[in-house]
Amino acid sequence: MTAPILTLRDVVVEFPALRGLKAMMAPRNARHVQALSGISLDVARGETLAIVGESGSGKTTLARAINGLLPLAGGEIWFNDMALHQRPDWHAIRRQMAMMFQDPVGSLSPRKTVRELVLEPFAIHGQDVGNPSQTAQRLLEDAGLNADFLNRYPHQLSGGQARRVGVARALALNPAMVLADEPTAGLDVSVQGEILNLLNGIKAEHGLTTIIITHNLNILRHIADRIAVMYLGRIVEIGPVTQIMEQPRHPYTAALMSANPEPDPTTRRARIILSGETPALTARPSGCEFHPRCPVARADCGSQIPELTKAGPRAVSCHYPISENT
Amino acid sequence: MTDTLTVDGLTVHYATREGALQALRDVALDVPAGQIVGIVGESGCGKSTLINALLQLMPENARIAAGSVRLEGEELVGAAQRRLRDMRGRDISVVFQDPMTSLNPVLTIGRQMRDIQYREPCDRAEKLRRAAAMLGRVGLPDPQARLDAYPHELSGGQRQRVAIAMAVLMRPKLLIADEPTTALDATLEVQIIELLKELQREIGCAILFISHHLGVIAELCDRVVVMYAGEAVEEGPVADVFLHPSHPYTAKLIECDPGRMKTRAKLLPAIPGDLPDLTAPPEGCIFRDRCDKATDLCRTKPNPVAVNGTHWARCHYAAEYGA
Amino acid sequence: MMRQFRHSLLGRLLADPMAVFALTIIIGLVVVAIFADAISPHDHTLMNLADRFAPPSTTYWLGTDNLGRDTFSRLAQGSRIALYVALVAVSISGMIGLILGMIAGFGPRWLDNLLLFIFDTLRAYPTIILALALAALLPRGLSTVIIVVVITSFSEYGRVVRTQTLSLKNAEFILAERAMGASPARMVFHHILPNVLGPFFILAAMNLPVVITIEAGMSFLGIGVPPGTPSWGATLKDGFDYIRNTPWIIIAGGLPLILVTLGFTFLGEALRDQLDPKLRKSR
Repeated sequence: MTAPILTLRDVVVEFPALRGLKAMMAPRNARHVQALSGISLDVARGETLAIVGESGSGKTTLARAINGLLPLAGGEIWFNDMALHQRPDWHAIRRQMAMMFQDPVGSLSPRKTVRELVLEPFAIHGQDVGNPSQTAQRLLEDAGLNADFLNRYPHQLSGGQARRVGVARALALNPAMVLADEPTAGLDVSVQGEILNLLNGIKAEHGLTTIIITHNLNILRHIADRIAVMYLGRIVEIGPVTQIMEQPRHPYTAALMSANPEPDPTTRRARIILSGETPALTARPSGCEFHPRCPVARADCGSQIPELTKAGPRAVSCHYPISENT
Repeated sequence: MTDTLTVDGLTVHYATREGALQALRDVALDVPAGQIVGIVGESGCGKSTLINALLQLMPENARIAAGSVRLEGEELVGAAQRRLRDMRGRDISVVFQDPMTSLNPVLTIGRQMRDIQYREPCDRAEKLRRAAAMLGRVGLPDPQARLDAYPHELSGGQRQRVAIAMAVLMRPKLLIADEPTTALDATLEVQIIELLKELQREIGCAILFISHHLGVIAELCDRVVVMYAGEAVEEGPVADVFLHPSHPYTAKLIECDPGRMKTRAKLLPAIPGDLPDLTAPPEGCIFRDRCDKATDLCRTKPNPVAVNGTHWARCHYAAEYGA
Repeated sequence: MMRQFRHSLLGRLLADPMAVFALTIIIGLVVVAIFADAISPHDHTLMNLADRFAPPSTTYWLGTDNLGRDTFSRLAQGSRIALYVALVAVSISGMIGLILGMIAGFGPRWLDNLLLFIFDTLRAYPTIILALALAALLPRGLSTVIIVVVITSFSEYGRVVRTQTLSLKNAEFILAERAMGASPARMVFHHILPNVLGPFFILAAMNLPVVITIEAGMSFLGIGVPPGTPSWGATLKDGFDYIRNTPWIIIAGGLPLILVTLGFTFLGEALRDQLDPKLRKSR
């Protein structure tokens, strides 16, 4: 097996919990809350890893930490043998690691034309564009838009069209890895498929490594090789997509997968309905973070933090994982 | 059975710089008493215009060009403002997508729930008691204490429960739910769906449930109306419509849902093309441009074609597709 | 072509009666200022002592002052001073405010706090007190007026630009630029600047009449332009001394001030309505 393109070891990201005078008076450990508490992860070259979780799980924080938009409070991140936790040259790294943001229209600079937007990566990295018009047109066509869009402004684009421009920008400089935060957010079902086909096509063509952050469970098996399930700043389960979706071992994964309503009125799955909601980061439960909502929690779940334990291609962090034959 | 809500030939135009934007054209739908009717459609289908028209709360540049909206037989289009104000909140109430924007941030939950009961002849303590009872009913832990809480002190799921409690407090005849679970996580979404089902059974109100999520509609609703570009293109019992879609748009929409495919798809289906320009909607079938089954006949406007019982579709070939 | 024009800013402004009124006055002012010498029936410095305090007539359209100078000619010349002070002072204070505001909004927190402290201190200081203090220190003249205006008004631009920048700094498209490796200079000048210019120009248009009244006010108090300069404020002061017997001087002196203030204010409001998408009725 080749060396992973991205490796995370015990990554911790903290947010200030208090501001101003209150922060100065408070004891050291109360000034911050951990948004990510010890994430370890390997991403193989060319694979697509989907990170799923609900709001407050830290999935967006994780993407931003990998891209250096948020500082690390601890741990190591290695990307293509560069240490991202040791003041790296972000300018050079971001050329190889493109990022796509949630809001398809809102992540495009509103006063720039599509042409300016797709050519901008070249300007930022001092890269030779060649013939600007031809390059812009080629990039748009690769993303499935024709040259008519070159002179439009972002607000004149539909969600799907804006998303394609975002894809064209991300891929302009042939990055080694793309981080996509909710690539289907704000898109209608009828458009969603086209965007996912586009991403899948590019991935196959360029051997691109992709990390997709999503809460859309329906798209997982069509785009991801592996999925990592996050809950309250930790990975609770990770493994190949079909195994995790069909035989979840963590009770939270099981509840999450069963919660997804099915469009077929004839199938009614046994559903695990969780009580309550994800707790706030400031009120992190002791022991296993999931135990207050867990339908199968036992006495020691509230005191002992479970380790992410590897078993074959998958890993789960639960004291009493669901066994495969039940 | 009588219908709680009857919408007939509803046509709404917006005045824009480019001319009249025909946001709704000849929309008809019924919500029978005690049933949950889903409206499904993508952005631009006219869902929000429809809600505004049902509540008779239209933006300044909107105009109801034709049609009627009746609540238990009473006409709302052109009704006196006083009468409409009287009905809103008591006979018709709404749960919106984002409870943070529909709850007043500077008033306590208790105060807001007391205010909705302003027409009731009972005293303040009784109103608060009713409010607390309803909060408990929608599954909020420690309802008495929640009366003193402000909206921002609650989590997203709790806020949506409060919004639902407020909407059903007056036992309305019709509850309009506008994408009430879209902003929520999957595990909360199923909690809210269960709650709506239970409340509907208890209160017996009719629910008009608007969503773009086919799965949620399939799970919750008795009947479904499919909307596209300002028209109702298909309506029928949920199982009929989802198993035998008779309008090509419905069929495509269901086909596009990636949750339907249990194995990895090489190429996910999509509907190519864009919505037509509603300032100058094309002649004939509204879906013609994007329909791969369109023929010359589709240049003429199709009428609703009955497929089976109360299941109909606005397509010349409905009978063939639905079979 | 026609359709494009109707959607352009000018096209939209011309559809707004308030903006048409404003533009008419402003264009009138500019024309008068440019052709002041040609349209003045008399030399504005010429003292015709025989015709002191002459009422409005066909020879002296707006009458004459205590030294027999033609009021209309003086007001026409005064429009040059008003326009000059307004444009120079607004440009300088606007530039300073724009740059400091973007630095405050985009830079580190401590710098933001420092600049905000400066902005608030200057905003809290009454213009007239500052004007009096500076007038005592500096020679009388237009540059003193400009310095007073710049010191008292750049903080207003700074605050508006800072707020805009701050909200844009966390917008997703700026985050996207950062994730792409864009330098701070690129983010500020290519992506933030074009988005703050709209509100900035509205504020500048609204501020032009304020500057004109500050100049007139200072000249009225005798701490503005040197004696003899035909500033509108000076004309007002001259008229004020003889308000009982010859009120036409002060009325004629006040008229252009009122018109120009209204004109620029209406333009500012019309610009705001057209540029702010939230106030616009439809796309």
